[in-house]
Amino acid sequence: MSDCRNRGHSAYWAFLVHRVSGLALALFLPLHFLALAQALRGASALDAFLAWTRSPWVVASEIALVFALAVHLTGGLRLLFVEFVAWESATQKTLIAVAGGIAAFCAVAFALNVI
Amino acid sequence: MTARGETRLWLLQRASAAVLAICVAVHLITIIVAMRQGLTAAAILSRTHGSIGWAGFYGIFVLAVAVHAPIGLRAIAHEWLAWRGRASDAVVVLFGIALLALGGYAIAAVVR
Repeated sequence: MSDCRNRGHSAYWAFLVHRVSGLALALFLPLHFLALAQALRGASALDAFLAWTRSPWVVASEIALVFALAVHLTGGLRLLFVEFVAWESATQKTLIAVAGGIAAFCAVAFALNVI
Repeated sequence: MTARGETRLWLLQRASAAVLAICVAVHLITIIVAMRQGLTAAAILSRTHGSIGWAGFYGIFVLAVAVHAPIGLRAIAHEWLAWRGRASDAVVVLFGIALLALGGYAIAAVVR
């Protein structure tokens, strides 16, 4: 099938961000579950893991993951709205900007508490 | 897959998305508040240990994500890798089962 998406439209970039963030979250989830399962070995095992998560690269990855989670949520809500409520061309760019803005706010709120 | 099967997957993807919208919003708020209070094993376990409410919440969360993520990965396999058919369907179903098992394991670890 030929790909005829209009890559110049912000909706294409919203689609791409939604897909890449979803892929990242799907790949991260098994690791997240395994990390939480450290608690089965006791609170000290979980604390040892949490201490590792305070290294700068892990913190940066966590901020990116929070952004991915938030942008997948807000982008997904936009899609549900478009599919089940109404499609209005004129408001799409505004909705995409609002979705990105709320996600950025969540990532910054997380970053301010973790750094 | 038949057109009816594809339609069912599409509906399941949207229904699980609606459930996840609530779960992710609660999870994001919990993450930000938890980080503000300092993330320690004691803080996490004091919130979740023996809590039927959190066990139920995370149970629904894991179930919804185990439905949602494999359908999304299937679309990526189809559109980006041109990988269709029973093999790709089997791989994403196995991924969903793995998410369900690992998620259940994680919930048991923090709630027990």
